[in-house]
Amino acid sequence: MSVPFYVSPEQIMRDKADFARKGIARGRSVVVLQYDEGIAFIAENPSRALHKISELYDRVGFAAVGKYNEFESLRVAGVRLADMRGYSYDRSDVTGRSLANAYAQTLGTIFTETAKPFEVELVVAEVGESPDEDQLYRLMFDGSVSDEHGYVAMGGSSERINTALGDRWRPGLPLAEALRLAIDALGEFGDDQPRVLGTAQLEVAILDRSRPRRTFVRLDNGRLTEIIGGGS
Amino acid sequence: MNSSTGLPSAYGLTGSASFVDFLQALHPDRLPAPASGTHGAQGASHTAPHGTTIVALRTGEGVVMAGDRRATMGNLIAQHDIEKVFAADDLSVIGIAGTAGLAVELVRLYQVELEHYEKIEGVPLSLDGKANRLATMLRGQLGLAMQGLVVVPLLAGYDPLRARGRIFSYDVTGGRYEEHDFHAVGSGSTFARGSLKKLYRRDADTRAGVRAALEALYDAADDDSATGGPDVARGIYPVVAVVTPSGSRILPEDEVGPIVDEMLLQRRTDPDGGRQVGG
Repeated sequence: MSVPFYVSPEQIMRDKADFARKGIARGRSVVVLQYDEGIAFIAENPSRALHKISELYDRVGFAAVGKYNEFESLRVAGVRLADMRGYSYDRSDVTGRSLANAYAQTLGTIFTETAKPFEVELVVAEVGESPDEDQLYRLMFDGSVSDEHGYVAMGGSSERINTALGDRWRPGLPLAEALRLAIDALGEFGDDQPRVLGTAQLEVAILDRSRPRRTFVRLDNGRLTEIIGGGS
Repeated sequence: MNSSTGLPSAYGLTGSASFVDFLQALHPDRLPAPASGTHGAQGASHTAPHGTTIVALRTGEGVVMAGDRRATMGNLIAQHDIEKVFAADDLSVIGIAGTAGLAVELVRLYQVELEHYEKIEGVPLSLDGKANRLATMLRGQLGLAMQGLVVVPLLAGYDPLRARGRIFSYDVTGGRYEEHDFHAVGSGSTFARGSLKKLYRRDADTRAGVRAALEALYDAADDDSATGGPDVARGIYPVVAVVTPSGSRILPEDEVGPIVDEMLLQRRTDPDGGRQVGG
């Protein structure tokens, strides 16, 4: 009988984490940031059909980077959990915190118990009654969660984009300015060379604080051009 | 994916975009009616509140639906201000007559069903798809209907593919029938339909449509004891829902009130009404 090589747990975890990080770094970035009237999601995504941004519930949105089939199954599971909860209890009982928690548990379990970790990173955002009550949760491939304030970038060049956002983001930005800021940051640092991103390369949605019930709104090319063109 | 606080592993499986199918597979206990039905429900119409009349009609801009506010229990009035007309989603509305408890629950499930599909698939269901889903859900309640707990919905919406409003009626077996221009369900529906037949105009604007729906409910309340008329003393008016290409909405009371007042004023001199509507 052959004896398998001994590999230390540290080494296994390190290998898995490196593997997941590499997978995530290959994808285009996504930015989620607060503006005065809600939360905006901006993804570099030329596909009209394969979304990186989605509605989970009335006031909760979802954004992801990494491997599509993996985050899509997480997204669908999140929608099911949210609808299940809202139907069993009440619509107001579905919170971003509980969804972020469920994702954290799930990602953590997959990371430790399976040979191949998920190559995904998620943001779960909940828009509150006022900007102070907005919540942004960033979830890593290993299930670790961080509570972000103001803005968060994920994906290939997230560090450089986060730095750029950190310099320029401030509380109470109007929507047009917030969108331009995110698009500029994605264009400037999203790839090796700075580029100018057109609306066709972007997927944009908002959680609009002022809307009753379902706050999630997708901004198509027309709306997006109208907003970022008109506000300058 | 099986930790106690995480997402149950079955949630991530690919499957249909239907919330009802999802509940049936994983949480059948949360569905409003058990598939096998219950025994001894005969005569339930005297022990459970019963919703009465709903009317819907097409207008030049979309559809209008209205429902009275009365729920009855045998010879008693169980509730004066029940709501039986709801926005199903952005482009459709649903009204329900029959056993109130089951009806309201069915609407709640139907709203989640439409929203769930839209979120999972990224696009809303077609109006025909919505109408068919409702038929399937009703068929699941056939056992209860046979025991006297009947639910009869009326669905109306704007169909972007045909660029006009459409109305669907149902029977207890889940039969789905598209109505031409107007329809009514519930105990006072015979009188309401007769009224609409005379008042209805296909090219009417939304306001004239609302007025015609209110007139029809008034006529139903005139001859059917289970249908409630507008209660001016308590400020309880019919619930009116309107669907146009820009969306569905339930009219607020301060919009319905003046139209009701206008109608009542006219009825003081012309108690049978209807001779001058929109004219």
